[in-house]
Amino acid sequence: MTRPNIFNFLAAIALGALTMTLPARAQERFIVVQSTTSTQNSGLLDVILPEFTSKTGIEVRVVAVGTGQAIKNAENGDGDVLLVHAKPAEEKFVAEGWGVKRYDVMYNDFVLVGPAADPAGIGGSHDVVASFAKISETASPFASRGDDSGTHKAELKLWSEAGVDVAAASGSWYRETGSGMGATLNTGIGMGAYILTDRATWISFGNKGDYEISVEGDPRLFNQYGVILVNPEKHPSVKAADGQAFIDWLIGSDGQAAIAAYKIDGKQLFFPNAG
Amino acid sequence: MNNFAESFSVSLRLVFLGDAELWAIVLLSLQVSLTAVILACLIGMPFGAMLAVTRFPGRRPLVVTVNALMGLPPVVVGLLVYLMLSNSGPLGVLQLLYTPSAMIIAQLILVAPIIAALTRQTVESLNEEYADQLRSLGVTHLRSVPTLLWDGRFSLATAVLAGFGRAIAEVGAVMIVGGNINHVTRVMTTTIALETSKGNLALALALGAILILIALAVNAAVTLLDAVSRQVSYV
Repeated sequence: MTRPNIFNFLAAIALGALTMTLPARAQERFIVVQSTTSTQNSGLLDVILPEFTSKTGIEVRVVAVGTGQAIKNAENGDGDVLLVHAKPAEEKFVAEGWGVKRYDVMYNDFVLVGPAADPAGIGGSHDVVASFAKISETASPFASRGDDSGTHKAELKLWSEAGVDVAAASGSWYRETGSGMGATLNTGIGMGAYILTDRATWISFGNKGDYEISVEGDPRLFNQYGVILVNPEKHPSVKAADGQAFIDWLIGSDGQAAIAAYKIDGKQLFFPNAG
Repeated sequence: MNNFAESFSVSLRLVFLGDAELWAIVLLSLQVSLTAVILACLIGMPFGAMLAVTRFPGRRPLVVTVNALMGLPPVVVGLLVYLMLSNSGPLGVLQLLYTPSAMIIAQLILVAPIIAALTRQTVESLNEEYADQLRSLGVTHLRSVPTLLWDGRFSLATAVLAGFGRAIAEVGAVMIVGGNINHVTRVMTTTIALETSKGNLALALALGAILILIALAVNAAVTLLDAVSRQVSYV
């Protein structure tokens, strides 16, 4: 037997791993944006961010999670900029000193999607609150995000306007997936449930099955996005100058034009409305 | 359900057209998981072997604990590592959150108990077998560790592969500590999760098929190495 050396074996693997050098990262100047799944899943950020990077040399690293988690991460200082869609929560974030200032960026709207069979008989309605009441009356399945995201908050507000106590129905016709928008669409479509989703995610979603938009065009379905610089006084690690440069670009004419130009199948997904 | 047929053609196209973006993701997956497994071996193997050959008070509970840690939920490990590395956490100054290093740390924590527990098992069996012989040669407990590890190398290769399997397949931890940032921390499993949530099921399934192929290739490579080293040792 040769000299005992188990690490010969490991060394072979180690060598393999170490020789696999990744191409060196060109961009060392970067900011982290805490954002929501809808901006990423819709493909918007993939298209507009390279324009900003090529202009300024600042790479934008996006962490896409639910609005609730994005705000929490930003409060922990794990991001330079917050780009989400839950205005009351954003204003609270700024009021408590976590953020510097909130700017409107763009809007789209929520739509209520449902199976072609339309068990609640709400297809074509423009009154989302009445439709929610009908879903509850007929006990038709409804899939909720249930994750404290912007969409979830908007949905809960509509239920309360409809006078429905969804907590009591949880687990019966009202089903909380506790997941992102895409995962909730996959689950909800699988169980034939109605789902409230932002229009951008819906248009770009690839697994629609026989689903159609049941309710749209109600002013209460308005969905506003805001952008906030994380307060460098709370977290000195925040890259304030580069973060503000990104915000200025996003709400300036170049960023707004880039947002308006983003289309899927000829449909505009987000409507710029800064300033 | 034509997802299967469609994903088959998608995966063939991805593999043979050599999509640059895809290969960068594959490479990052391998780099993160292999590094985590190597570090886990450097820590877990000596520790597991030490547990196997020594006797001290509290050893039994420690063995049970290490065995239990094999079942650590990735998402919990991800959360713990996030809280440590967050700018509000104790290790925030290191600025490791949302980097491949953070992903390596999380996977290391998941894999090290597997390597340690399986090493302990292997070495303990061998030690029982060889104890008399080793003692008669005057080899003390801890001095026998390298010999026992060397003798158990073929079983230990399986432990390494079990650890690698855990690391490469895991999504919960790397999603939280890596953030699934495009071109920075996006790996195979987080890409699959992302494409699934976009409703691109065929593409997600195709990426899954590629991930399985990678796992197969790594396992085949280790088996080959194993066969070659057996020949070298016994000729």
